[in-house]
Amino acid sequence: MSSFFSYLISGISLGSIYALIALGYTMVYGIAKMLNFAHGDVIMIGGYIAWLVFSSLGLPVWLAIICAVIVCVILGVVIEKIAYKPLRTATPLAVLITAIGVSYLLQNTALLTFGPASKTFTSVVPDSLGISIGGIDITGETIVTIVVTVLIMVGLTLFVNYTKSGKAMRAVSEDRGAAQLMGINVNRTISLTFAIGSALAAVAGILLCSTYPQIGPYTGAMPGIKAFTAAVFGGIGSIPGAMIGGIVLGIIENLSKAYISSQLSDAIVFAVLIVVLLVKPTGLLGKKINEKV
Amino acid sequence: MRKCEVTGVKKLTLSATAKDRYTTYGLVVLIAVAVQLFVSYGNASNSFKGLLVPTCVYVLAALSLNLVVGVSGELSLGQAGFMCIGAYVGATFSVITAESIASDAVRFTIAILLGGIVAGVFGFLIGIPVLRLRGDYLAIVTLAFGEIIKSVCGNLYLSADKNGLFVALDVKAKSAHAFDAATKVDYVNGALGINGIPRTSNIRVNEWAFVICMAVILIAVIVMLNFIDSKQGRAVMAARDNRIAAEAMGVNVTRSKMTAFVMSAFFAGVAGVLYAHNYNVLDTSNFDYNQSILILVFVVLGGMTKMRSVMISTIILYVLPEALRGLNKWRMLIYAIVLIAMMLINNSVAIKKLVEKIQAKFAKGAENKEGGAA
Amino acid sequence: MAILETKDLSIQFGGLKAVDHLNLTIEKGQLYGLIGPNGAGKTTVFNMLTGVYQPTGGTIHLDGICINGKNPVEINKLGIARTFQNIRLFGKMSVIDNVKVGFGNSIKCSLFESFFHVGRYKKNEKEVTAKALELLKVFDLDGEANTLASNLPYGKQRKLEIARAMATNPKLLLLDEPAAGMNPHETAELMQTIRFVRDNFDMTVLLIEHDMKLVGGICEQVTVLNFGQELAKGETSEVLNDPRVITAYIGEDE
Repeated sequence: MSSFFSYLISGISLGSIYALIALGYTMVYGIAKMLNFAHGDVIMIGGYIAWLVFSSLGLPVWLAIICAVIVCVILGVVIEKIAYKPLRTATPLAVLITAIGVSYLLQNTALLTFGPASKTFTSVVPDSLGISIGGIDITGETIVTIVVTVLIMVGLTLFVNYTKSGKAMRAVSEDRGAAQLMGINVNRTISLTFAIGSALAAVAGILLCSTYPQIGPYTGAMPGIKAFTAAVFGGIGSIPGAMIGGIVLGIIENLSKAYISSQLSDAIVFAVLIVVLLVKPTGLLGKKINEKV
Repeated sequence: MRKCEVTGVKKLTLSATAKDRYTTYGLVVLIAVAVQLFVSYGNASNSFKGLLVPTCVYVLAALSLNLVVGVSGELSLGQAGFMCIGAYVGATFSVITAESIASDAVRFTIAILLGGIVAGVFGFLIGIPVLRLRGDYLAIVTLAFGEIIKSVCGNLYLSADKNGLFVALDVKAKSAHAFDAATKVDYVNGALGINGIPRTSNIRVNEWAFVICMAVILIAVIVMLNFIDSKQGRAVMAARDNRIAAEAMGVNVTRSKMTAFVMSAFFAGVAGVLYAHNYNVLDTSNFDYNQSILILVFVVLGGMTKMRSVMISTIILYVLPEALRGLNKWRMLIYAIVLIAMMLINNSVAIKKLVEKIQAKFAKGAENKEGGAA
Repeated sequence: MAILETKDLSIQFGGLKAVDHLNLTIEKGQLYGLIGPNGAGKTTVFNMLTGVYQPTGGTIHLDGICINGKNPVEINKLGIARTFQNIRLFGKMSVIDNVKVGFGNSIKCSLFESFFHVGRYKKNEKEVTAKALELLKVFDLDGEANTLASNLPYGKQRKLEIARAMATNPKLLLLDEPAAGMNPHETAELMQTIRFVRDNFDMTVLLIEHDMKLVGGICEQVTVLNFGQELAKGETSEVLNDPRVITAYIGEDE
C-alpha cells in the first residue's frame, strides 16, 4: 500500500509538470485558436538556460530561475510576433505547420549551441527538503513541484478572473472581434498570453529537469505532446481543464508504469485520452460548439 | 511498367479533368524512366541510389495522407502508425514465408497487398471512433492512435516453434513460455524489431527496386485520381467543403470520410511495406509522431489539392535536407527556417498583397487558374 | 393529398418557443411562400423540415410519410431538397461537380468501379455530365461549368444552390431567401426561373422571402409567421393586404 501512495504522489508531481505545460497550450489555443506545437521546445530552452546559469556557471538558483523565465518570455513573445502574428487570418493548418517549423528551429538551435549529448542537470531543489511520512519517502523535487504548481494555479485563476488583463484574455478567447470592438487591445492580449504560457513553460522545464536530471535538445518534445494531450483531455481552451487533465494524466502514466508495463505506459495514457474523447468529444470541461445553419 | 507508358497517347478527346489526370500519370512515368536511365547508364552516386526507395516511400505516404487532409479535409497526425502496421505485417510475412514462397515477385506482391489490407482494416477500426470527432480533437486522437500503434509494435514478441505461434506484449511473458528450443524461431522481437528480412525480399538489392516502387505509386495515383472523379470521391469533397450542405444533398458524410480514411490507411500501409523491405532490420523508431508530422508538412506545402504538387513537394522537401548534407549540422536549421519562411510567404496577408502588386505590374490579365483535383 | 403537411409543428430552445404549433399544408405543384419579419422562425421551420433540428412537438408528413426523427440524408432521399440563407456551396469544387454531388444518390456505381473506372462507371458518368449540363443551362450557368463555385458572382452562387438542390430530384424544393442580395433585374429573372422550374420539373416549391415583390409575383399561397406563430395564411394577395400582416412588418401606427 505504501508503494502505491509513493507512485501516486510522484504521479501527481509529474502531472503537475504536465499541467503547467498544458496551461500554456490551452491558453494559447483559447485565445489565438492555434496549436502551438513549439511550446514543448520552449520548455527545453528554459531547462537549458537554467542549466547554463546554475549547473554550468554555478550562479545562485534564484538567478537561474529568473533568467530562464525572462528568456522564455522573450522567446515566446518574439515567436508570436514573427511567426504567428502574420498568419492571424491564415488557415489553422498553415499556422500548425509554421509552429512545427518553429519547433524544428528551436530544437536545432539548441543542438548547434549545446551539442547533441544530454547534459546532467543539477537539481535546483536541495536534498534536505525530502521528507518521509509513514514510511513513504517523498523527494524534495516532488514537494516543490506540487507546491509551486498549486501556487501558480491559484495565482493564474485569480489573475484571469479578477484582473483587467485577465478579463481581457477571457474576452478575446470568447469572441475576438467583439473584444476588439469593446476597446480591448487584441494584439497585446495575445502577446500577454504567450508571455504567461512561456513563463509557465520555463518553470515547468526547470521542475522537469530537476526531477529527471538531464537536458537535451529533444527533452521538451515528448512532455510537450503529453501535455498537449492533457490539455485536450481536460477540454482545450479551458484553464481548469488543463490543470485537471495534466494531473490525471501524470497519475495514470505513473501508475501504469508501476503496475502494468513501463514500455506500454505511453500507449495506456493515449488510450485513456481516446476513451475520454469518445465519451465527451470536447474533453472533460470543453465547451460544445454548435454550427448555425 | 511498359503498359503504362502507352496510356498518355491513347485518347485524344479528353475532358479538362481527364487531361489533368494524364499529365500526372505522365509525370510519374517520366520521373521513373529518367531516373532509372540515369541509374542504369549515368554515374549515379551511391547516396543518390540510396535515396530513391525512401523518396518513393515518402511520396506514397504523402499521397495517402493527402486523401485525408486534402481531399477529405481532416487533419490527421497518425499516418506513421499506418505505415508502421504495413511495415510490420509485410516484413513479418516476408520473414515467415522466406522459404515457403519461392518467387520473390509473388512474395513481395502478397506482402504489399497484405500490409495494405491490414493497415486498411485498422484504418476502419480506428476510423469508427476518430471520425466522430472534429477538427483539432480528431487530430490529437489520430496522433494518440499513431503512438499506441508504435508502442504496441515496439513491444510485440512473435515467435514460433513446432507447437505453433506465440504472441506476447511483454518480454517477461515470453521468457516464461516454454519453447521447443530446436524449432524455435523469433520473428518479431520487441524493441529490437524484426531482424533478418530475407536478402531476396530486400528490394534495395534489386536493381529494379526504384521502378517497382514507381509502378506502385503509379497504380496508387491512378486509383486516387479515379476515385476523386467519381460519385464517392465527389461526396468526400462535398463533405469537406460544407458538411451541412453535403448532408442536405443526401451525402452520407460519415461513410464518405470513412472511405477516404480507409483508402489512406491502405496506401500508407503499402508505403510501410516498401519501407520495411528496403532494410534488413526493422524497428519502430521511424514511425513516431515526428514522422507523421514530416509527412503532413510535405502534404501541406504541396498545396493539398493536386496530387502532382504533393509529389513534387515531397521529393523536394525530402531530398533537400539530404542534399544539404554537405552543410552537415546546419541543414536542419536551414530546413526549419525555409519551412517557416515558406509558410509566411504563402499565407501572410501583407506579403501576399506585396506579391500581388508585383505580379499585377508584370503580367496583366493573368490566366484564370483552374482548380481541379488531379 | 398534400405533398407536405405539418401538424402543430413546434420547437423550443430552452425557454424560447422558436416555432409554435405551426400548421402548413402544401399541395402538389404549388408555389408556397413562408414570410415574416426577422427572427420569426422561418429558417427554423426549414431546419425542422430537413432534419437539421428535431421538432419538440407536432408532426411532419411528406407525401403521406412521417419524417419526424429522420436525419437530413434520409429526408433528402425521401424527396426534400433545400438551399441555404447563407450560401453553402462546395466552394473548392467546380460548378458542374457541385451539381453532380446532387445527382450522387441516383448513380449506381460500386467503389471498385470508381477506383478503376470500369463497369458502369463510364456510362453513368456520361449521363450525369449531360444531365448536370442541362440543369445548369436552365440557370444559365452552363458557360461556367468548370469554374470553381467560390469564384462565381453572388447572384450566380444563389442560382447554383438551386440547381444543386434540384439535382437530388426532390418532390419538394425549399428555397431560403433565394433573392437575397440580388438587384431588381436579377430578382425578376429569378422569378421566371423558379416558375419555369416548377412548371417543367414537376416540383412543389416552398420559399422564404423578404422581397414582397417576389412573393407577391409568384407565390399562390403564403403563411405569415410572427414570433414563431402563424399570423395569417391564404391567398397571397389577400394575406399581403391583411392589416395584421402590415402591422407585423412595419409596426403599429401611433
